Amino acid sequence: MAIRVDYRASLSLVGSVLKHLSVPLALPLAVAVAYGESVAPFLATIAVTITVGWWLERLRPEPDIGAREGFLMVAVTWFAVSVIGALPYLVEAHGLPGLAPATAPDSTLAHPANALFESMSGFTTTGATVLGQISLDAHGHGIMLWRQLTQWLGGMGIVVLAVAILPELSVGGAQLMDAEAPGPGIEKLTPRIAETARALWVAYLGFTVLEIVLLYGLHRAGMAPGMGVYNAVAHGLTTLPTGGFSPEARSIEAFSAAVQWLIIPFMVVAGTNFALFWHALTGDPKRLPGDSEFRFYVGAMAVLTGLVAAVLFVGHGISTAVPAGGTYDAAYLDGIRSTLVGHVEPSLRHAAFQVVSLVTTTGYASIDFNAWGPSAQYLLLFGMFIGGSAGSTGGGIKVVRWYIILKSIRRELFTTAHPEAVRPVRLAGRTVDERAIRGVYAFTLLYFVLFFVATALLFLDAARMDLSLSVLEVMSAVAATLGNVGPGFGLVGPMGSYLDFSSPAKLFMIVLMWIGRLEILPVLVVLTPEYWRQ
Amino acid sequence: MHIIIVGAGQVGSSIAADLADSHDIVVMDRDGDRVEELTYSLDVLAVQGDGTSLSSLEEAGVDEADMVIASTDDDETNIVICATTRAVSDAFTVARVKNTEYLRTWERSERAFGIDFIVCTNLLAAESIVRVVGIPAARDVDSFAGGSVQMAEFEIPPGSPVTDQTVAEADRFEQLTFAAILRDDELELARGGSVLHEHDRVVVIGSPGAVRGFATSIAPDEPPGTAEEVVIIGGSEIGYHVARLLGDRGFKPRLIEQDPDRARLLAEELPKAVVMQNDATDMDFLEREHIGDADFVIAALDSDEKNLLVSLLARRLGVDRTVAIIDTAAYVDLFETVGVDVAVNPREVVAEEITRFTREGGAENIAIIESDRAEVMEVEIDAESVLAGRPIHESVHDLPDGVVIGAITRDDEFVTPRGDTVIQPGDHVVVFLDTSVADEATPLL
Repeated sequence: MAIRVDYRASLSLVGSVLKHLSVPLALPLAVAVAYGESVAPFLATIAVTITVGWWLERLRPEPDIGAREGFLMVAVTWFAVSVIGALPYLVEAHGLPGLAPATAPDSTLAHPANALFESMSGFTTTGATVLGQISLDAHGHGIMLWRQLTQWLGGMGIVVLAVAILPELSVGGAQLMDAEAPGPGIEKLTPRIAETARALWVAYLGFTVLEIVLLYGLHRAGMAPGMGVYNAVAHGLTTLPTGGFSPEARSIEAFSAAVQWLIIPFMVVAGTNFALFWHALTGDPKRLPGDSEFRFYVGAMAVLTGLVAAVLFVGHGISTAVPAGGTYDAAYLDGIRSTLVGHVEPSLRHAAFQVVSLVTTTGYASIDFNAWGPSAQYLLLFGMFIGGSAGSTGGGIKVVRWYIILKSIRRELFTTAHPEAVRPVRLAGRTVDERAIRGVYAFTLLYFVLFFVATALLFLDAARMDLSLSVLEVMSAVAATLGNVGPGFGLVGPMGSYLDFSSPAKLFMIVLMWIGRLEILPVLVVLTPEYWRQ
Repeated sequence: MHIIIVGAGQVGSSIAADLADSHDIVVMDRDGDRVEELTYSLDVLAVQGDGTSLSSLEEAGVDEADMVIASTDDDETNIVICATTRAVSDAFTVARVKNTEYLRTWERSERAFGIDFIVCTNLLAAESIVRVVGIPAARDVDSFAGGSVQMAEFEIPPGSPVTDQTVAEADRFEQLTFAAILRDDELELARGGSVLHEHDRVVVIGSPGAVRGFATSIAPDEPPGTAEEVVIIGGSEIGYHVARLLGDRGFKPRLIEQDPDRARLLAEELPKAVVMQNDATDMDFLEREHIGDADFVIAALDSDEKNLLVSLLARRLGVDRTVAIIDTAAYVDLFETVGVDVAVNPREVVAEEITRFTREGGAENIAIIESDRAEVMEVEIDAESVLAGRPIHESVHDLPDGVVIGAITRDDEFVTPRGDTVIQPGDHVVVFLDTSVADEATPLL
């Protein structure tokens, strides 16, 4: 079989991205120096990434990529970056023989599968963790910052960032961004794709800085104990990418109500199409509130929040039993029952926080929602399938797809009664191409097929490992990894971790996160024989 | 005036015929046979030539021309003709276009393309259809003085309450003037004692409210503004514009188009309409979609015969009123006799619009009634007008018979003309003119 894809060109571009990964690695390196921690994990990783990048780049000195090479480049980039991103965790746990001692020998990330899981979960902005002990005592400030930074880099897209700053990507850039960006199709904001990519990253950076400043401002105003500079930066870096990693073991529950209220709007922003902000800032502010996807997105979250707040307020949405070996005890349950039931503000705040966090696929938690009752939990599970907007940093199926599906179903109902009617599906006044509608159906169906197949496989693996898991736990684990949400329910709840799964199950979930971030098709297409043939 | 008309198709010839009496007309066409035909049929100078070429235009005397009318069937050609004229002469340029995009460009900047006045065939035809839909009983409706005056032509339906009443009895509306009654081939100016018969066509001028009121009184079962179900058959450009304009006015028209690609395109462009793709002569389909319940069916297919067929089909299914677009002027009367309620000839509509620019006396707006048997015209009165500064009962003696003062607007306020009303310079007057006296009366106004 003659291979018709210029894979060398793809790999050469992957090399360019890897080489430049050394720049963000310098940030945790500097933090490690400042806190007097070991610099070995970062120096070693920088050396590896530059070497590998340089070697790959030499495969094709002047790469020229088409659509096929673009898919390969994007799929491989995400995997390669995650592998490199796992190195600091491994070096921290094992040390460098003869050069540097291990600084966290007890780390769960000593196992390569765990390190790769944590790294992939970071770059894909999933926020699912296998870190046993989430604290700055067990791990250095540098490592914990790297964990946050992987999410920030993955949020707006590594390839989008590469297109923004690497001139050699400007020609095929639109292809690459299309393969990577969430949602069907990309919107070119400016004639030059690199400028579009830059505009998106600038908006992203601006919101991140704004959140860090406001979080730290709350701290200075005395309304946010614990939100010092380090924590403000760490949370700013994982809110905007809808990531969900927190250096605090109790996630956002560790902070005050003011912090929780402040983070909600930033999660909403993160799940919004960034192109809308660009329009708003360049003199078209009415586009944002008038955008049908944005209205649907905000409306869906408002309805879910209202429902969840109502069941919490009346107490129906709070668990009545404490399971053996669960993530919460009777005292915790009593605590949340007394703060939520009959209290408007806490019910509303926790409902809004959890709903926004799961719909936008951020994955923060302001409360251990394992202690919630089935009614509230199923509403949250439902929210996980909505996802963020197209062109946002959120994962999942995406609001715009649901919107197109609902509208085309309405069209089907109409044309059943009037078979001759011609009815294009409209999105914000513009008609949606029929091919795009088919693509939306295909994607959504594929998403659910994958979801059920993956759930079945994880059950088989759990049976092999004698791990007793409930249906909700396994389904939520798959939904949380495939949708890049992060936490699920039960074992994998917001205060829990994915540590108990077997290594094969973790590797499988790594693949789920990877294909979930790239919206399945760019990865699947690379795996078909037709892709490689002429 | 020295006028050059480029393009001797139906529109060009019809304008030439309208203007030949009072102006020096040169008609240019690329088709030698047509040129020869015109030479004998009209008192104009017909020359063969390409209007986009400078030498042909110069041959036709573009240097001394006061006006150049580009009325070929091709938009771009018409635009080039005007631009070429602008380059070498000061003549007033008029272009006929079909594509509304060009109209929009021109509206943005009135210097665009070197065109001084632009007429959009499809849009004008669509507008005149939409006006008829607004007043179902009317055969023709035109607006004057920025919409504060309307002219409407009604046919008295069988069994109407006003049948056999005199004009004085029927005129119960303060702001309404009866201009004329058309019966078979006769034109009778409306006097107080004139009697209205079945199938008479009455031309009235008045405020929009009074016109609507009168429409209700002659056809109580079809009061204006109650048409809800409108079906447009044929997705031609005119059909598209009718659907668009009706959509803007709060209707939800249905548009039937046979070609799947065209139907898809129309559906994309017309969010407020329901587009259906089928053969409009398919009876099963028409019955399934209850087309017979429609208040209006507008036939906008690409051939006159098909439009007639569709209108007759619709009639048979029980549709209240049918409007058909008829391209061949000669068919208009025939089709209205056979059963089409309103026949709209786009070329006639365009010719009306262009004619209004070439009339003497500062005519601002003109409507032509019943294939040029009469016209209704809006005039701004200056100090030299015979009407200025005098009560109407005095000034009418200086005007020929066949002139009716229909309405007056003063500072955008409607003034009902009575015998003792004094018309002042600056007033806008809407007058009804019998065509036979039009050329005599116009300079006096």
